[in-house]
Amino acid sequence: MTTDVRTAAGRRTVRRLAGSLHRRPRLRLTLLLTAPLLWLAVLYLGSLAVLFVSAFWTTNSFTSQVVKVWSTDNFHELFTTPVFRQVILRSVGVALAVTALCALIAFPVAFYTARVARPRWRPLLVVAILTPLWASYLVKVYAWRLILSQGGLADWMLAPFGLSGPGFGLPATVLTLTYLWLPYMILPVHTALEQLPAGLLDASADLGARAGRTFRSVVLPMVLPSVAAGSVFTFSLSLGDYITVQIVGGKTQLIGNLVYSNIELNLPMAAALGTVPVVVIVLYLLAIRRTGALNSL
Amino acid sequence: MHLSRTARIALRTGAGLGFAVIYVPLLLVLVDSLSPDRSASWPPRGLTWHWWSVAVHNSGARQALWVSVKAGLGATAIALVLGTLIAFAVARHRFFGRDTVSFVVVLPIALPGIVTGIALNSAFSTVLAPLGVGLGLFTVIVGHATFCIVVVFNNVVARLRRTAASYEEAAMDLGATTFRAFADVTFPLVRSALLAGGLLAFALSFDEIVVTTFTAGPGIETLPIWIFDNMTRPQQAPVVNVVAAVLVLLSVVPIYVAQRLSADTATSSRV
Repeated sequence: MTTDVRTAAGRRTVRRLAGSLHRRPRLRLTLLLTAPLLWLAVLYLGSLAVLFVSAFWTTNSFTSQVVKVWSTDNFHELFTTPVFRQVILRSVGVALAVTALCALIAFPVAFYTARVARPRWRPLLVVAILTPLWASYLVKVYAWRLILSQGGLADWMLAPFGLSGPGFGLPATVLTLTYLWLPYMILPVHTALEQLPAGLLDASADLGARAGRTFRSVVLPMVLPSVAAGSVFTFSLSLGDYITVQIVGGKTQLIGNLVYSNIELNLPMAAALGTVPVVVIVLYLLAIRRTGALNSL
Repeated sequence: MHLSRTARIALRTGAGLGFAVIYVPLLLVLVDSLSPDRSASWPPRGLTWHWWSVAVHNSGARQALWVSVKAGLGATAIALVLGTLIAFAVARHRFFGRDTVSFVVVLPIALPGIVTGIALNSAFSTVLAPLGVGLGLFTVIVGHATFCIVVVFNNVVARLRRTAASYEEAAMDLGATTFRAFADVTFPLVRSALLAGGLLAFALSFDEIVVTTFTAGPGIETLPIWIFDNMTRPQQAPVVNVVAAVLVLLSVVPIYVAQRLSADTATSSRV
């Protein structure tokens, strides 16, 4: 008897709570957002903010202790030291090359999977593109280490032509990064090509355009936002990478390596170096967001 | 668009080459794990299961696997809760700064891992260390959860956008409370998206190396870190080969399950 009364009272409380939640969308929204925003804003953005502030600190050159005095020395050094400038330019160059290569390879593959292959096969082909995306990053780099190592697959394949593989170095880095991020480019391009209305292509043909002209004037402009979306990944992931370079890059250095090698000795300098890719990528993201490409991610 | 015969053949060849390039390295890892040689040279001199049995008894790899599983489960649990909350806020409410919220969710995965890594590392060591909490498995989980949120968020938000809020309204018109409507209507609708998101979050955490490097305390070694440390040691090469081959085979699992669970994930990448 008493339990019944208690559950009835409980039910009434739940009902009242639900009612007040339903009537107050603001309250509901606050309850939904508090925990995740605390996590992302305080923990993540907070850490980032502290890191960027520390880019304006310096270190005592004898003790490597961080001196919390505001100065722009690190940034000054960043732009005037030839080594830093070279590495920054090289990193941006690698990121651009990887992005361009990914776009070049992605287009025929995506065009095939989205429009040429039999419709029955298309979902399967998408899975075929997705599967390596979830194979471990390290395993894929490791695979390329095996391929490019001395006496590896690359040497073996090129031997009949009297050539040898590229070995470890800058080309190996670009190649491996292209391989790693390729699915990120194929997928958005595939989706865009798949959603292209067939009527538009027919209309273009009716108006007398050949395949090449249709491609340039109809297909390309409609698919470019997706290429931009894909390039966010290929570009930013390449720009910050330092593991791949360590494994297949030989003596090549990118920004990531410089950041990594400065962390122990000179954290403010590492932080200043770290701001370079962040600034570049945030600018890139903001530019991309204006085109609406982020919504198609 | 009407393609000529040559164009079709060219595209078919190009796509075939593309798929070959995608799969040859993965197959190579599988073949190499069966090669009797300690060093990688092509072609292998024969095939053997010897290194697989050696790898099974490698305690370092086994321990690292266990740490990875624990970190992945912890990060996935946190990401599921936080990602779902944001997804509901963004999909069911209009508010000031909504775009910014979805932007901030993407940021941890869009920024280089090394930046996230040193930021979290210095924050942990300045804030947590005085409280007596050192770097360890806990900090790895916190770091991983931060970039796993986006995967859950994307899966759930995609599902919510496709299911209109009118289902819940109908349930409430029929007398259900907010909670009842959620439990009986909304949750079943998003359940498979949650599972898919959680699975992909786990896979993402399982694969992470950079943020792990900076948030793991001494003695905490995840599987990627173990591979990285042992990759250049000739003595360990055969075992690394086997572990790599296992990971290649395992990568089919999240894709297969996610594919079965929800149609959204078919075209959704990590973001």
